[in-house]
Amino acid sequence: MAIYLTKESKVLVQGMTGAEGMKHTRRMLAAGTDVVGGVNPRKAGRTVDFDDRAVPVFGSVRDGIEATGADVTVVFVPPAFAKTAVTEAADARIGLAVVITEGIPVHDAVAFHAYAKERGTRVIGPNCPGLITPGQANAGIIPADITKSGRIGLVSKSGTLTYQLMYELRDIGFSTCVGIGGDPVIGTTHIDCLSAFEDDPDTELIVLIGEIGGDAEERAAAYIQRAITKTVVAYVAGFTAPEGKTMGHAGAIVSGSSGTARAKQEALEAAGVRVGATPTETAQLVLNQLGA
Amino acid sequence: MDLFEHQARELFEEHGISVPRAEVADTAKEARAGAERLGGRVVVKAQVKTGGRGKAGGVKIAADPAAAEITARQILGMDIKGYTVRKVMVAQPVKIDSEFYVSYVLDRAAGRFLAIASAEGGMDIEEVAASRPEAVARVEIDPAAGVDEAKAAEIAAAAGLPEATADVLVKLWQVLIREDALLVEVNPLVRTAQGEILALDGKVTLDDNARFRQARWGADDSAHDDPLESAAASKGLNYVKLDGEVGIIGNGAGLVMSTLDVVAGCGARPANFLDIGGGASAQIMADGLSVILSDPAVKSVFVNVFGGITACDAVADGIVQALESVRLTKPLVVRLDGNNAVRGRAILDARSHPLVQQATTMDGAARRAAELAGHTNAA
Repeated sequence: MAIYLTKESKVLVQGMTGAEGMKHTRRMLAAGTDVVGGVNPRKAGRTVDFDDRAVPVFGSVRDGIEATGADVTVVFVPPAFAKTAVTEAADARIGLAVVITEGIPVHDAVAFHAYAKERGTRVIGPNCPGLITPGQANAGIIPADITKSGRIGLVSKSGTLTYQLMYELRDIGFSTCVGIGGDPVIGTTHIDCLSAFEDDPDTELIVLIGEIGGDAEERAAAYIQRAITKTVVAYVAGFTAPEGKTMGHAGAIVSGSSGTARAKQEALEAAGVRVGATPTETAQLVLNQLGA
Repeated sequence: MDLFEHQARELFEEHGISVPRAEVADTAKEARAGAERLGGRVVVKAQVKTGGRGKAGGVKIAADPAAAEITARQILGMDIKGYTVRKVMVAQPVKIDSEFYVSYVLDRAAGRFLAIASAEGGMDIEEVAASRPEAVARVEIDPAAGVDEAKAAEIAAAAGLPEATADVLVKLWQVLIREDALLVEVNPLVRTAQGEILALDGKVTLDDNARFRQARWGADDSAHDDPLESAAASKGLNYVKLDGEVGIIGNGAGLVMSTLDVVAGCGARPANFLDIGGGASAQIMADGLSVILSDPAVKSVFVNVFGGITACDAVADGIVQALESVRLTKPLVVRLDGNNAVRGRAILDARSHPLVQQATTMDGAARRAAELAGHTNAA
């Protein structure tokens, strides 16, 4: 079953005809993803050949949905155009928009998240590697060949740490791995994914990866204590990282927490979550829990 | 990027917010001339991007231009929390009737901006929020609607501020939006004895992601007081200097942060944070190595790469090419894992540089790098 993305998902790619879009559309197709179209108003009506598959280009997300029944879009457009791209996808009432683009101005992200939420579009990202349901579909840039389908669900702020844990636990395999992104404002949180994994019969254990900044992990810890019955194993990065300079006085008030790795670890442990000291130790904790 | 107080003042003034008359000076002589133009008696304020200037002696009253020159000479060059004072602002003193606090700040969890306001300004707002939370009003702002006169009046009323502050709250929101700021803070916002509302001190943090459409501020020149950080910044590297002896290079911010932690867990201290990102070309590797090797505190270097999209053989080629242009003076421990790791390791083996060694796991490589930096008790 997995979460958010399955082999039934029909995927559009906004920015498919750019260099990154082309490269990753090819990889998504190779991983079995049903990529049904690209979106580019200037290239509408053409098709792009990816090895043995010709993918049509639509003038808008709405046209793409009407022609193909697409329910997921992956956004690769440059930062200056991301707000327009997500707004367009939400106007077309797509179910899921996965925003890979890095470097989107925060005011744009604040605006498109509010807009998408009102229209029932779930946003994952921005500045994230996307999500993969191994053996079924891949929406984003996570390498599909690290691991296979299995019983672990993974949610992470960090791309390369996601890959590292997928690799360490490659012999067990994953239901779905979601890279939610490390930007200050993101569409899908640790809590959203925890809730979805709790309801997913294919997921037996959940791995949560966090890092310094904000209080998302502390919130996740409180949620786990309240609502999650499955085993959660966590890893937090940034114990020795320098103190962030961008956080003003008022920022610390809002978060209600120091945002340190230590505070996050303590909150998670207080909620009964095992927290590994290194990625490898975290993987070992998972193996122990699964009796593998 | 944080702005200096004088830059924040300039922005406020451009957007129609009243501020005290002031000038910026690089030298004590300029400070004296500024004080003469401002009428003699002035406040001399250190321009540094950190709080606590007053307690550190960086804000002083000068009775006349001659005193302003002497005071400026004392403050210029002063070290405040690791920041060297290179400029002072001389400002006309203001007769204060009451002081307030107002700011707009990003609420990450809500994904929206919040107005924070208090009638108890001029103090450390965090202390006020901790000791008397009821004295601090927080009002969420709908991103589609922003702050109009009605919203501003709501914020002012919630915090018990005079109605006359509403105009400043509207204009401050315009600063936030038009300048792509992540934080605008006025502390204190004052009502003068004459009844005027003035922004006496301000802090503005701009969004680095918006630089493509906000070109006026240029590069962040003050963030790199450290010469190694300046050198790294000029090469476009994402580098932060730390106090340890194990140099770190890795790909992806999360993995690099994790690498610092794992090295620290082995009893050694990381010398830096350096994220070479997904590309990891020979040029980036050479630039990164040269910056790290020029740090005299570094005793060993740990290159930690997980090949996700990046192929490890390309990373290994990058290291081999970098060794052509950079003279390796300290031992290098390389851990390559993931995509094409076997080929990458073979490339490094074939190069067989006497100072380069490999480890197959992240924890093992960290232990080795710590040992090479002199921590023989690495756990």
